[in-house]
Amino acid sequence: MGDLFRYEFMVHAFEAGTMIAIVAGAIGYFVVLRGSAFAAHALSHIGFAGATGAVVLALNPIVGLLAFTLGAGVAIGALGNRLRGRDVTIGIVLAWTLGLGVLFISLYRGYATEAYALLFGEILGISSTDVVVTLIAGLITLVAIIAVYRPLLFSSVDENLAAARGVPVTALSIGFMAILAVAVTEAVQVVGVLLIFALIVTPAAIAVRFTSRPALAIGIGIVLALAFTWLGLTIAFYSPHPVSFFITSLAFATYVAVRISEPIRARMSRTTAQKATA
Amino acid sequence: MTDQPAIVARGLSAGYGSRRIWTDANFAIEAGSFTAILGPNGSGKSTLVRLILGLLAPAAGHIDVLGEQPRRGNPRIGYVPQGSYFDPELSVRGRDFVGLGVDGHRWGVRLTGTAKANAAIAASIQAVDATGYADRNLGRLSGGEQQRLLLAQALVGVPEILLLDEPLSNLDLRNQQSMVQLISDVARLRRLTVLLIAHDVNPLLKHIDHVLYVAQGRLAMGKPDEIITSESLSRIYLSPVEVLRDSQGRVFVVGLEEEVSHPHG
Repeated sequence: MGDLFRYEFMVHAFEAGTMIAIVAGAIGYFVVLRGSAFAAHALSHIGFAGATGAVVLALNPIVGLLAFTLGAGVAIGALGNRLRGRDVTIGIVLAWTLGLGVLFISLYRGYATEAYALLFGEILGISSTDVVVTLIAGLITLVAIIAVYRPLLFSSVDENLAAARGVPVTALSIGFMAILAVAVTEAVQVVGVLLIFALIVTPAAIAVRFTSRPALAIGIGIVLALAFTWLGLTIAFYSPHPVSFFITSLAFATYVAVRISEPIRARMSRTTAQKATA
Repeated sequence: MTDQPAIVARGLSAGYGSRRIWTDANFAIEAGSFTAILGPNGSGKSTLVRLILGLLAPAAGHIDVLGEQPRRGNPRIGYVPQGSYFDPELSVRGRDFVGLGVDGHRWGVRLTGTAKANAAIAASIQAVDATGYADRNLGRLSGGEQQRLLLAQALVGVPEILLLDEPLSNLDLRNQQSMVQLISDVARLRRLTVLLIAHDVNPLLKHIDHVLYVAQGRLAMGKPDEIITSESLSRIYLSPVEVLRDSQGRVFVVGLEEEVSHPHG
């Protein structure tokens, strides 16, 4: 284990990865609760066009990524959480922006490695400046989630009821998507645009199968996201294969294991209950 | 208890844009009374609820709720919205949902007053007899269990008015009866004014003091046995309405629904 932190790039990867996992685990709970998994996925893809566009303009790709995810996030938020056909609209925009991304890649020659990093993540190449930016952005995201926690939970569970109690549901919907946009932008550094689900959606989706207590579910989601990130980084360090493969595989394997064990666990608790009554 | 009515409407009209849904309503809801709001689909029952909640401004006239203008988020009103049943995949504990009735509208997280909030939540869950399943996942509860927790959520803020938009519509007959009994008991105990929107007046007949009819652009209020008669409904709505009674005292109103599928104007 001592080898792991001998290299600066591994220290950076663990620092940024830890912050991102905490943010992803926390925001992921609301993504699952609000049924916005597809919106989260779409944000990252739309961000890809922004990132590649920024490179063409000789800007930092993260700036373009953030600008596009934020813009798309606000637009999706304004569409409302319960609107029918929302996913179709998002999908149409998503397809077009991916097309834009392809154009931008072709405009910038010698760009394949940068595009690869955006699509699949490049946590091992993160600089010390990136780490500081990630920590600050992560802290802002966490503070924002805490600030809107109760009304966001309320409007995610029953929007009509929350509106009647004076919760500004539309503003919250937009605010939530803006927070999600920042979280997605951060997470892209670790797992890339294509694999964002593994960090934002999977840990929370597992957590809600264990508990229906919101605060506990967020806690479990964060712990899982941290475990996938730390384990993924550690395994990747000792292997020739990419980090994002290990993080996504750990997330997937855990999810499958939980789903498969569910009927077994249910039967076991039934048997225990029967024994108790007998 | 004062003699002041809980809700007063004078020359009240409701609508969206230039479209009027109903006009010139005049009624007073006595404090501590139980009123059933009846009428065909799309007649504007939920619009009345939105006016009382302050979510919609009157198109004309005045409405007073507990002596003041309706305002959004009024804590003196406990509310259960229409069609509130939860997705089976929704993983939120009943107890946490009821807790949203305490302070779900406030920013941030609950840092102080946790013990007081938990006591209020437990008392409210007890009041609707839901202690046995309050710690289970909301989405996995039956319709009747969900309605009880919705009621607990409405009661937890110690309201003076209970506004229930079709709380019986997804329940079987037995559950309807026990739900109405529960609402009636809780309301009497806490001296609440209850307004309950329903499709069928029959499960309510034993418990209600008044009926507020919303149909064909007009509102009419009265005691159930005075207003639910062929003569008075025909007079109010200027069209032949027939009220039938069966051997068990159940009433059936015929003639209001049909008119609505061909709206005038």
